Amino acid sequence: MHIMEGYLPPQWCVFWYLVSAPFIIYGIYILNQQVKENRETLSLLAVSGAFIFLLSSLKLPSPVAGSCSHPTGTGLSTVLFGPIITCVLSLIVLIFQALFMAHGGITTLGANVFSMGIAGPLLGYAVYRLGKAVNLNIFVNIFLVTAVADLFTYIITAIELAAAVPLHGGFLVSFETFFAIYAITQVPLAILEGVLIALVFKYIVQSRADILIKLKVLTPEQVAKIMESFA
Amino acid sequence: MNFKTLRKYKLEIIFAVVVIVFAAVFLIQNSNIQANAKPGQETWQGSDDMGSATIEATGYHPWIQPLWTPPSTEVESLLFSVQSGLGAFVIGYFFGFYRGKRDSAKPA
Repeated sequence: MHIMEGYLPPQWCVFWYLVSAPFIIYGIYILNQQVKENRETLSLLAVSGAFIFLLSSLKLPSPVAGSCSHPTGTGLSTVLFGPIITCVLSLIVLIFQALFMAHGGITTLGANVFSMGIAGPLLGYAVYRLGKAVNLNIFVNIFLVTAVADLFTYIITAIELAAAVPLHGGFLVSFETFFAIYAITQVPLAILEGVLIALVFKYIVQSRADILIKLKVLTPEQVAKIMESFA
Repeated sequence: MNFKTLRKYKLEIIFAVVVIVFAAVFLIQNSNIQANAKPGQETWQGSDDMGSATIEATGYHPWIQPLWTPPSTEVESLLFSVQSGLGAFVIGYFFGFYRGKRDSAKPA
């Protein structure tokens, strides 16, 4: 999903910066508040950020496409802290990769933050709320949130590129081309990532259910039920 | 393994199965791809690089270069490993911390 330095025309770089800026500014504000007022949730915030760091560094071969790509790792923090805080965490990772690995770029940062940190987590969060509303099993819900956030990130990248760099034949043809490159590759990785984060969530319930209750991810009754089901 | 253990480690088992299927499909695909690859053809490239190559094929040239680019793929993979290491360190630190706290809270 990384659009490399210089691969977006300047006007599009500015456009995506402007789109992402309000989310980032609001995100930093919310993050500050979270850090100040809910200090006991800090450790899980660090763990959520660390999963973005870890998973977005793993370039995995995607068996269906014969190419490599990486998961986004944004699912866990989307569920625990919501999409707004997730966009700030993603921004940190993207800056790190842009500066040290020349992976992504500073001019394309706005577009990359939008796909990985904003659009993916926002749709993931919508899935999460919907899952909660229909009483979906929390582990299935987390699997779906993670996979959707991952996959949608790559679909947005395809849209960003198709809009900015139309190949011969216009937007739809370009979108199909980039969709084939990014999104098809991503399907198996999204599934793998979803299963991993669902498993990790089990460990979080077992070790810090108190924070999950505080974050309103689970109710005490749900925690008791989950603990019992894995006893 | 009895039913209770299966239930307890349900998610671990699902994860292990998914990883094994993933790896198996990769191995099968890889042997197909290697058998059909022309000599010197690069396989399993990154989708990000394929995206960039597709853009360049239209005659587009990047208008700005990164400030710093890792001098080789070795150095680049080192930096990616540092990134994973940082993430894994923080995850391991806190899960270990939680575990230690829980264990020491139990009466001896």
